[in-house]
Amino acid sequence: MLQDKDRIFTNLYGDQPWNLADAQKRGIWDNTKALLDMGPDSIIGQIKESGLRGRGGAGFPTGLKWSFMPKESDGRPSYLVVNADESEPGTCKDREIMRNDPHRLLEGCLVAGFSMKASAAYIYIRGEFVMEARVLQAAIEEAYEAGLIGKNACGSGYDYDIVLHRGAGAYICGEETALIESLEGKKGQPRLKPPFPAAVGLYGCPSTVNNVESIAVAPEILRRGAAWFAGLGRPNNTGTKLFCVSGHVNTPCNVEEEMGIPLKELIEKHCGGVRGGWDNLLAIIPGGSSVPMLPKSVCDEVLMDFDSLKAEQSGLGTAAVIVMDKSTDIVEAIANLAHFYMHESCGQCTPCREGTGWMYRVLTRMVRGQASVGEIDQLYEVTKQVEGHTICALGDAAAWPIQGLIRHFRPEMERRILEYRKQAA
Amino acid sequence: MSGAAGPAVEQPASFEFEPEVWAQAEKIIARYPEGRQQSAVMPLLDLAQRQHGWLPQAAIRCVAEKLGMPYIRAYEVATFYTMYNLAPVGKFHLQLCRTTPCWLRGADELRRAIKDRTGLSHAGVSDDGQFSLVEVECLGACCNAPMIQINDDFYEDLDYESCTNLLDRLAKDDVPAPGPVNGRRFSEPAEGRKTLLDRVEGAS
Repeated sequence: MLQDKDRIFTNLYGDQPWNLADAQKRGIWDNTKALLDMGPDSIIGQIKESGLRGRGGAGFPTGLKWSFMPKESDGRPSYLVVNADESEPGTCKDREIMRNDPHRLLEGCLVAGFSMKASAAYIYIRGEFVMEARVLQAAIEEAYEAGLIGKNACGSGYDYDIVLHRGAGAYICGEETALIESLEGKKGQPRLKPPFPAAVGLYGCPSTVNNVESIAVAPEILRRGAAWFAGLGRPNNTGTKLFCVSGHVNTPCNVEEEMGIPLKELIEKHCGGVRGGWDNLLAIIPGGSSVPMLPKSVCDEVLMDFDSLKAEQSGLGTAAVIVMDKSTDIVEAIANLAHFYMHESCGQCTPCREGTGWMYRVLTRMVRGQASVGEIDQLYEVTKQVEGHTICALGDAAAWPIQGLIRHFRPEMERRILEYRKQAA
Repeated sequence: MSGAAGPAVEQPASFEFEPEVWAQAEKIIARYPEGRQQSAVMPLLDLAQRQHGWLPQAAIRCVAEKLGMPYIRAYEVATFYTMYNLAPVGKFHLQLCRTTPCWLRGADELRRAIKDRTGLSHAGVSDDGQFSLVEVECLGACCNAPMIQINDDFYEDLDYESCTNLLDRLAKDDVPAPGPVNGRRFSEPAEGRKTLLDRVEGAS
């Protein structure tokens, strides 16, 4: 188990107040000027060396992403955009950072923004997080007042603004270009890439979009050194990670653990085990609703990191672990997610707009078994038609959970169909 | 594509921001770069909705005019995002999370409690105007499932009984403190916590 001394999010459970005075007792904003004095190249070098991969789902190396930003301005300003539109079902970790440790995020915004020569950070928080937005806004005001951000931030001679922007209820705004559109005051519909945000992002200026957790861990990595972070977890899967465990466990919770912790250990140590014991486990969605589920046989041994889960045809995603015990109607659980994607499709690309609704309707019949066996293959085929044929990854995200269901629970789907036939006859 | 119900049939003829609300709006507009006032459309629609109770078309028009953008662009925003209520809502607007993590832990029971207590099923406004209901997708409080958002606040770790109690109190305009109803702190494990133990209250 990760030791407390290696935890970054020391106020994850709000044991202490979030305000500046208490945040400083936790070491936040402690001589941040010294971190900035390292210089942009050295900061990016340290983040690269630490092995930090993006915590928002895709796992792209964070330092590398920062290095894509222009080194010299062509006259346009550069921006850091923080993705706090936490909406992936199962995921509720950034919320804890924002309401219990907002200054950790703000210090990260300054350090990250400085390294990419950004003039400001825009934090896009999901609209439903009203209380979290109030805390974060109050923390921003505290930081301005204390001279930590704004003109001559932390006495570094560098000017840096942080702006909080509230969304209004749309999962798609978690997609980076949809988020930028929304921030510009439009419908949140993703843009075609290229151009990538590092070239043409917010207001047509170079921008980098990062998840809250990726940004919040940066100052601690710089303080303790890249080697400390890289020494946790496994190669290419380093550091600590916030895990959100929900569903059929005895004590659902958020917890910071070492990357690569065995899934079973995570659940048994921190979440009081699966309801009814480990053998009562049916399946787990290990990384938020967009990744394919794992059957129990895989859960027994799998490690919670990017590469281990990819090897099992799933993914770490946001590290949101959704546990389902044997009482779960597994087809309905996935039909429920299909409803989610249908509701959240922005409607821009035909395969996603039409496909998500079609898949939901077929799956809803399949919950009752009111289908033919051949329709399972047809459903699989449609997921393949949606996957990879849309501007953004929402189409993929809608397809993968259904593919996971068919891969691991096809016999159960067939059983229902035969049962329904028998009763109808 | 996520806006729920269509605009209300009865619309007020006009809308104006109250002076103190407009002062807030000006502060928000000033946060965005010169010439990028359109970025303030979402916060301004939110302010208009808070002032009026819901978001009439006249308010959308007013926001568009204030920001110098075509009405249709503001209308697109107002209809795209789920949090803009284009028709009147109850005094207590219930947003029931229906997505898998809440469903696994009993969102159906909360739906039943809401129906039994308010008569509302899936959507609508109660006859006395006290409650309105909409079923929404994941609200991002999955470790505290199942949950409901009521106006601005999250009520978490609910079940049939605690949800009924909550609605009983709201019916009498008695608003309980938000958060987990079972007394747990944020999203820590309800028992058997093994981390950050030297941090709990009293220690430092």
